Amino acid sequence: MLFYKLYKDEQGRKVGFLQGNEACLEAALIAGLKFFAGYPITPSSEIAAVAAEKLPMYGGRFIQMEDELSSMAAIVGASMTGKKTMTATSGPGFSLKQENLGYACLNEVPCVIVNVQRGGPSTGLPTQVSQGDVMQAKWGSHGDHPIIALSPSSVQEVVELTIQAFNFAEQYRNPVVLLMDETVAHMREKIVFPLAEETEIINRHHSEVDPQKYKPFDTSFGDIPPFENFGSEYRYFITGLIHDEYGYPTTKPLEVKNLLDRIHRKINDHTQQLSLFEQYQTEDAETLIISYGSPVRSCLGAMEAGRKKGMKIGVLQLKTIWPFNPEIFTKLPSKIKNIYVVELNMGQLILEIERVIKRKVNIQGINKYDGLFISDQEILKYLEQQQGKKS
Amino acid sequence: MKNFYEIRLSGSGGQGLITMGMIMGEAAALFDHKYVVQTQSYGPEARGGACKAELIISNSRVNNPKPITVDILLTLSQPAYDKYIPDVKPGGIVIIDSSLVKYKKGKGVYPLPITTFAEKDIGLKVTANVVALGIICSLTKVVSYNALERALLNRIPPGTENINKKALSFGKSLKFKDNI
Repeated sequence: MLFYKLYKDEQGRKVGFLQGNEACLEAALIAGLKFFAGYPITPSSEIAAVAAEKLPMYGGRFIQMEDELSSMAAIVGASMTGKKTMTATSGPGFSLKQENLGYACLNEVPCVIVNVQRGGPSTGLPTQVSQGDVMQAKWGSHGDHPIIALSPSSVQEVVELTIQAFNFAEQYRNPVVLLMDETVAHMREKIVFPLAEETEIINRHHSEVDPQKYKPFDTSFGDIPPFENFGSEYRYFITGLIHDEYGYPTTKPLEVKNLLDRIHRKINDHTQQLSLFEQYQTEDAETLIISYGSPVRSCLGAMEAGRKKGMKIGVLQLKTIWPFNPEIFTKLPSKIKNIYVVELNMGQLILEIERVIKRKVNIQGINKYDGLFISDQEILKYLEQQQGKKS
Repeated sequence: MKNFYEIRLSGSGGQGLITMGMIMGEAAALFDHKYVVQTQSYGPEARGGACKAELIISNSRVNNPKPITVDILLTLSQPAYDKYIPDVKPGGIVIIDSSLVKYKKGKGVYPLPITTFAEKDIGLKVTANVVALGIICSLTKVVSYNALERALLNRIPPGTENINKKALSFGKSLKFKDNI
């Protein structure tokens, strides 16, 4: 049973008071989701519950698999047959999905993996918030592999970034991780779903080539090879081994290097197109708060309250976590003297930020990892203490 | 009415607090056209553990989604009362299920035997959360009755409309005073 109802506004847009998890699945349907395989886990279970209820009405299929390994395998296989696919999990399940996620990265299979982050490590804090899987999203699967990861801070952004996740997956022929957190997943807000004509939906590239001549990893079309449906008249080989353009295993050094270079280049060369971020009052800011996911809201609250006290605070919100875009940081206004990175972990993305900022500026993390959400008051208090130390 | 309300509905799992939060939130957001964020927290167990639903209802965009101190506190269990009573802002309103909670009298404190009302007057114990919704509506005006009733009827299982409407209007029609 569904715990929300959708209404229509005057323009005919669907409107409702939804949880992040519910909005995620509704947005996935708009993006064209046709297959969901999963193994329910708090705090992501509502995504699977809504998928089970709704997908059959949209001509799709839902399957609850025996575990996370098989559910990841199922969405990779289903995607190869031409469908848009998704799974949803939380930290412990995300760990189990890593091997098949790597398989999808190597074989360039589009799919969306939602990870609603909860406290870890291990089974951790099942019902409590965390952002501890930021580096896991990038490096959780072994070997050098490209990944795209997006992180929403409100339920409306869950809608926006879920659609974006499917579009990026199909456009770049790569898995996309939607890094949610417990707060945004369970938070309810008023949501307006875009109309079809207001939504750009990207579908995967198909080739016009003769099925006999098709190569699943053909480089003659550029860095993103057209992807034909497995099981159709296009017959090809696919493996987790490093492969040539036909998909057959290879150990030839040049072919190995070319493949790894290409699958990274197809993402890295498009970092600017993939990089989604928002800046709030950064023009005159002397202090910049950088964050992503639900803590962004508290950063905005701290900014508004701090500005009332005369503190020149700005906020930089990263919606795209991976690929990491250094250009945002090298172009920051020169007035900025202090940078605070707010994360619900012990300091993960701050390492990337410290790596790319070359000029002399004070960079500090504001980290919370006790299972509780961080408030605007906590952030402002920290900023005031730091200011007090300096004056 | 104030422009900004922070509300905590607290008790134990199974008392329908999160459902209450969803109904209030939908009423205020979709039908009263306010800015609303509703969050919740609960333990790993399905029933019995400490549970709370929180709402921020505002005339402008809501940043921080989780209240620290609250204008309105509803407590339906002793542990919730003990834990959250210090978080009430000066001038705040506390609604207590006096059939379940031992409490301290004071200004803005409204003890009502909510669960007993649901059992005796409505005839169904599980409507206590709906009775409480009616009480919050009439006491605080944070959400309009029409909006609340509309949201309620959209959320409940078919066939339970009458008893839920009865519970809501019963809660609203109660006469009460604080500082008893």
